[in-house]
Amino acid sequence: MIEVNKDNFEAEVLNYTEKPVFVDYWGDKCETCKQLMPDVHKLEEKYGDKIKFCSLNTSQNRRLAIAQKVLGLPTMIVYVNGEKAEVLTPDKISSAADIEEMLKKF
Amino acid sequence: MSSIYDIIIIGGGPAGLSAGLYGSRSKLSVLVIEKGKFGGQATTTAELENYPGSIENCTGPALTERMKKQAEEFGTEFIKDEVISVDFSNDIKKVHCKNGEYSAKTIIIATGAEPRLGGFERELELRGRGVSYCATCDADFFEGLDVAVIGGGDSAITEALYLTKFAESVTVIHRRDSLRAAKSLQEKAFNNPKINFVWNSVVIAANGDEILESLTVKNVATGEISEISVNGVFVFVGLNPITSAFKGHINLSEGGYIPTDDNMKTNVEGVFAAGDVRVKSLRQVITAAADGAIAAVAAEEYINEKFNK
Repeated sequence: MIEVNKDNFEAEVLNYTEKPVFVDYWGDKCETCKQLMPDVHKLEEKYGDKIKFCSLNTSQNRRLAIAQKVLGLPTMIVYVNGEKAEVLTPDKISSAADIEEMLKKF
Repeated sequence: MSSIYDIIIIGGGPAGLSAGLYGSRSKLSVLVIEKGKFGGQATTTAELENYPGSIENCTGPALTERMKKQAEEFGTEFIKDEVISVDFSNDIKKVHCKNGEYSAKTIIIATGAEPRLGGFERELELRGRGVSYCATCDADFFEGLDVAVIGGGDSAITEALYLTKFAESVTVIHRRDSLRAAKSLQEKAFNNPKINFVWNSVVIAANGDEILESLTVKNVATGEISEISVNGVFVFVGLNPITSAFKGHINLSEGGYIPTDDNMKTNVEGVFAAGDVRVKSLRQVITAAADGAIAAVAAEEYINEKFNK
């Protein structure tokens, strides 16, 4: 997983075109996010050749998250050519299976 | 996995974890099935200052993590899976999940409840985009921003107070002209300069482009409509029980809760219920944990009578 932040978000996510980019928006206080993390790492092992995996700590990059219209955690977004292709808001995520369903589309 | 457990507990919140601890301590084989996060709703609570003994580090996640660890130490097994359907018609009960099927002599239903929706326009569309049901999860997003809280009960006011640590202002919108919350909480809220109140009012719509920007509020006394600019709204207007998988298999109340006797027995032999999912007057971590203990002991007695004669 590549840790993205306000300095490298543009290069690693928005301007990256080789393959879809998955971004796991999480935060220091988000227990659900932390519980999901090991499963997200497993998904990277499975889908990493097709999709680039990134994580973004919103606690340290709040403005960037809000600019990406993220206002709840966990939020999972897949970008294709810098555009949002799929968004999973917190209510749509009850387990890693929901994230895998989204990733299967790419 | 094909073995028959003594107890399967559906739900890994305080009720389920406490039942797991009591069951395992009695040397029963116990499996806890949880679809979301262990700890349940308690993990969304910042401070559990009303759980006896939880003076230091009493956040919901910390306390429930310790509960889980304690049950685990005595041998409770845990699995992440979602219950699709159940078969309670035989002595050995079956639980069909997304990823497998599990069997047990007894079942303890501890699925709990989930936040009820506020019932305003665009609520679902803006869920996770400014509309939230969990202050601890989302509060730090709103540092320096303006937020609203809908509700007037204990959880609404507890979370409003918590939000003042982050937000610039917290507007409590309540449909009545007084709060239901405990007096000590009310006092704290009224004395907090960051909290202001909009009485006799309901939210009728959330507005904004992709993320929440404002709420349309109606005064139920005067009919007057106004708009409040906020970046976040936290909805705490009550709970709905999580019992859809059990409909038709056990008796449910009109509201969907599970009626039990004092020993947590449902109308089906060998099936027990514990915690918020039950028909009861006080839904708290302490009462959920108590239910779990009673249910596990009742399950053990049932097993001894039914299977170990």
